[in-house]
Parts: sequence; C-alpha cells; structure tokens
Amino acid sequence: MRSSITRSILAAAVVALCANVSADVQINGAGATFPYPIYSKWFAEYNKLHADVKINYQSIGSGGGIRQVQNQTVFFGATDGPMTPDQLQSSPSKILHFPTVLGAVVPVYNIPNLKTELKFSGPLLADIFLGKITKWNDPAIAKLNAGVSLPANDITVVHRAEASGTSYIWVDFLSKTSEEFKKKVGVNTQVNWPTGVGGRGNEGVSALVTQTPGSLGYVELIYALQNKISYGTVQNMDGEFVKASVESVTSAAAAAVKQMPADFRVSITNAPGKGVYPVSSFTWLLLYENPKDKAMSKAMVDFVKWALTDGQKYCADLGYAPLPPEVVKLELAALARVKTT
Amino acid sequence: MGQAGQVGRRGTKDVAFQVGTGAFALVLVLIVAAIGVELTRQSLPSIQKFGFAFWRTQTWDPVAGDFGALPFIWGTLYSSVLALLIAAPIALGIAVFIAELCPAALRQPLVFLTELLAAIPSIVYGLWGIFVLVPAVRAVETSMPDSLRALPLFSGPPLGLGMLSAALILAVMIVPFTSSVSREVLKSVPAAQREGAYALGATRFEAIRAALYYARTGIVGAVMLGFGRALGETMAVTMVIGNNPRISTSLFAPQYTMAAVVANEFTEAADNLYLSALVEIGLVLFVVTLIVNSLSRLLIWTMSAAAAPAAEPAAARSEASAA
Repeated sequence: MRSSITRSILAAAVVALCANVSADVQINGAGATFPYPIYSKWFAEYNKLHADVKINYQSIGSGGGIRQVQNQTVFFGATDGPMTPDQLQSSPSKILHFPTVLGAVVPVYNIPNLKTELKFSGPLLADIFLGKITKWNDPAIAKLNAGVSLPANDITVVHRAEASGTSYIWVDFLSKTSEEFKKKVGVNTQVNWPTGVGGRGNEGVSALVTQTPGSLGYVELIYALQNKISYGTVQNMDGEFVKASVESVTSAAAAAVKQMPADFRVSITNAPGKGVYPVSSFTWLLLYENPKDKAMSKAMVDFVKWALTDGQKYCADLGYAPLPPEVVKLELAALARVKTT
Repeated sequence: MGQAGQVGRRGTKDVAFQVGTGAFALVLVLIVAAIGVELTRQSLPSIQKFGFAFWRTQTWDPVAGDFGALPFIWGTLYSSVLALLIAAPIALGIAVFIAELCPAALRQPLVFLTELLAAIPSIVYGLWGIFVLVPAVRAVETSMPDSLRALPLFSGPPLGLGMLSAALILAVMIVPFTSSVSREVLKSVPAAQREGAYALGATRFEAIRAALYYARTGIVGAVMLGFGRALGETMAVTMVIGNNPRISTSLFAPQYTMAAVVANEFTEAADNLYLSALVEIGLVLFVVTLIVNSLSRLLIWTMSAAAAPAAEPAAARSEASAA
C-alpha cells in the first residue's frame, strides 16, 4: 500500500517535471501488475526514441485496469484475463484487446532430498488443489513419477492470497483439464479455494513453499527463473511433459494462431501442439476503438506497433516470452481498426 | 469606556475562535458520516442481494458471486483479542518500568526504542513475519507434544502461517501504542498521590499499584487504542495469517481478516457485485470498529462514574492502606 502510494507520488512528480520541459503527448494508462516491468521498460525505451511521447502507467491490477477503461478515466488499460462479454457490453465505448507478451505459471514444490524433477498433469494438479489428493505418495502422483521415492508427507497447498492474473491462468488450466475443478471452483482472478493457505504475491507463495516441507504452490515463470526455485514439468494436450521456458511458452501462442479469434480474446492454456507448455497466457492492452483525442490515439498506435515489433527484443531479459511472428502480423493488421484521424 | 470596548473585542474574538475550532470539530464528524454514507452507497448492490445474511454466512466465492462476511469478522476479532491479551500486560509492564522504576539515564533511550517500534512500516513487519516469525512459530508448533496437539486450540497441521503468527505480530505492533499512552497517563498521576502512599508506609509496589488504580481509566483507553489499531491492521497480518476464510478456534489454522481481504481482492475485482461485497466488508469493519470503540467508551464512563461518588484520591489512598 505504502509503496504504491510512494510510486504514484513519484510518478506524479516525474510527470510534473516532464510536463515543464515540453508540452507533448501525454498518455495515461492503468492495469495489470504482471506486465508492469516490461511495460515500464518499453515506455522508457520508446521515450528515448520519441521524446515527445510520454506514457504513464499505473500498475493497479487487472480488475482496476478494466474498471478505469470502462469509466474512461485512462487512455488505455491492461489486463491479464480478457474482459468478459458482459463487461464489454456495459462499456460506454468499444474496447479492443491487443496481446503484448506472454507469461506462464509453473508448479513449485518443496520435498527435501528429492533429486529428480517431478512430473504433473492437469487432472492431478486439479485433484491436489481440490483437496482430494493429500499425500505425496498417492498412487496418482506415483503413476506419473515412476521410480521416484515419494515421502508419505501431507501436501500443503499454497495459493495466492490476493486476486491475481497468475491465479487466473492457473485455475483456467485446471478447469480445462478437470471437469470437477471447473464445476466446484471455476475461473476468476480470485476463487473459493477448497484447500490450502494463501501467500501474498509471488514472493509470499515462494517464501511459503521454500520454508514448508511438503508444500506445492504456483508462481509466475519469471519469478521461478529469477529466484532459481525448482519447478516441475506439466503434461500438455499431446501427452508430453514440458518444462516451462521462454521457447515453450511462445510455442503455445504459435499453436493457438489457427484458432485466434478476431478480437484476440483467447485463452491459450492447454493449447494443442508439440513442445507446448500448457499453463501459458497472453497479457493484453485495452484500447478504445474510437478515442476522442486523435493525436493521442496516433501516438498510442505508433507505440503499440513498435512494442509488438522492435519492443519484443526486451522480453527475454525480463523473463517474458515474446509473441510469435504470426500473432504480431495479425495484430498489426488489427491495429488499423483503431481510429487515429 | 475603553475597558468595555476591550471586553467587547475580546468577546468577538472568543466567539470567532470558538466557532472556528467548532467548525474543525464538525469537519471530523462530517468526515466520519461521509465515510459511512459512501460505504453504504457503494455496497448497495451487495446489501440488496444478501441483506443481513451477509453478516452470518460463511461462503466467499467470487466465481459464483456468493459472499458472506462471517469468517472475516471472526478472524479480525479473534486475532485482535489474542493480540490484546498478549500485548496489554507487556505494554503495561513497559509503561510502569519507564514511568516509575527506570533509572533516569535509561529512560530516554527506552522511550525512543518503544516509539521506534511504532514507526516501522507494517510491510516491514510483514516481511519480518514471513521470514523470521513464521519459521520460528512453525518450529514451536512442530515440537509441541501430541497430547497438547489433540486440543481444539492447537489442532491442524503445523504450518507456522496462521492465527498464532498473526496474533504475535499484531501484539508487537500495538505494544508501543499502548505503552506510550499508559506511560503518559501514569506520569500525569499527581505526585501527591505517590507521596501520600509513601507517607502512609506503602512499599514501592503498593505505591505503584495505587498509581495504576488512579490511572485506570486512562490505561483502559490506552489498551483500547491498541485494540483499535489491531482491528484495522492489514499488510503485516495478511502476510502471516494464511488468508483462508474458514472459521476455526485453532491457533494453528490459517484464517483471514476483513482489512486483509479488502486489500487483497479490491484491485482485481472487476465485477460489480464482487466489488460492492468488498466495500460492504469495509462497511462491516467500520461498524465493528464503531461498536468496539463505543463499548470501550462505555467501559471508561462506567468506571469513572463508579469512582466519582468517592473522591478519587481518597479511594486510591484507602486502597493503598488496605494493602
């Protein structure tokens, strides 16, 4: 709370300073926290190339981003879960979705003295998160991990305490692979967890998992990579056990190109195809189709074009998976729908 | 003539001053009323849908749009009461030591240190909680004998994360508030009180007891101030309480508080009913805090009313001499 206030004060101060130097195009946006690091990198880099365009982004969460866009208090929004038909319907102005980068969620666990990497499948993870499988040496886990000596300990399930895009991707995957999970829990940024404890933020979940022997949780891939937390493979639709990596996440998006709807509101969890990591997702920018300020709209569209092409090279350093070229092509064509004159 | 003019001028100034400060006081009342009205207005969809059931149902399902506040009310009150039980004796001990017994050279450093505790941001308490306190609590929980673990108070797996950690961290956070105010209250006990007690042959302990008795309403106020702070504490609690909206009497069980659920879910709530249910949680917290504060006021009033007929110093003196 305090840090976000400090951040907004700082941001306001920076904005005020910039405004003094030159009165140029100033664009305000708000939304998801997950893509915040890459977005701020993009805005900074883009500002070096185009000193007259200043983009200010508040990472207030996906839900907040959607609300702000609906209320037209910002020029663009950002979200980790696509807007629902209801939300689009109730918006006073038509809103378009544009995927920017990809993220993935990985199962992290803590079993002392276990050397081998564990394998998971959607139905297995769903049963654990439903509280139906409670011991590490359950036959269902042993079946996927033949030859691994699993302890007879209880499984401590760790989930996110706060509503988050990470949880959305996780339960979306579990709901697609388990009918029971879909019926009992469902898909949202926050759900009624049948079991487990809640850690706040990726850092909260990983702290709990690293401290608690016998625990199983989920964090964003970036987080597991940067903090070197061990995570398991997940079985994809083709039956392969795939470890999450920048490549296997990008291929999940590439595999989804054929089914890509015109508005890009698509879930790519459990996507078919070889080498696809199944717990992957886009994160979206939300733009108005017909904004009032056309100069601002022109600047925004130019920025998005740059982010989708040149901007993608910053992804890997920050642990995001870049968009596959096929998706970029579709998006560049769709950007023409945003009115700039 | 001149004198009368002066009086008149002073009169106008006084009136202006009174009206001016009165307006500031009125602003305070208006702010509280405005908060109440706005919270109610924003939670109308939820109030209309769930009515009074919101206060006593236990489901919190954002997917199905079914909301009840009871587990959060329980978690908030349980954690705050536990924190109060742990913190009040410690805070009072600190206050008595600093105000009555402490060598003069130690006093300022001790006052500074207790007040420093109050200045630490709650996120820092939370991080300390998750990396230091929770593993320590887990170690204690794991080493607890099975005979004790069979009690409902200690049932469930030893996660470290849960009600016990939350109560402990809250206790640390409210100690400086309660002890600072108690210390000031003790300092304001007239010297004649202590001198009187000593003159009657009271020991140091008896004299302090007399001072505590004299200051009891202020001390209750100090304790309630700490309690109020515990009710609203958010960040540190959510990081160690386990965030699980299920009612349990076990100290080991992960639970949830009202402030924590609002902080955790507000930013991502895009759906109207969900959002208004979260605002209603805020309203419930507002009402609960109001009730708790009124009750503590009532307690203080009845205590001072009971003491009023007999003059306070006399009561304290007879207490001291009786002991």
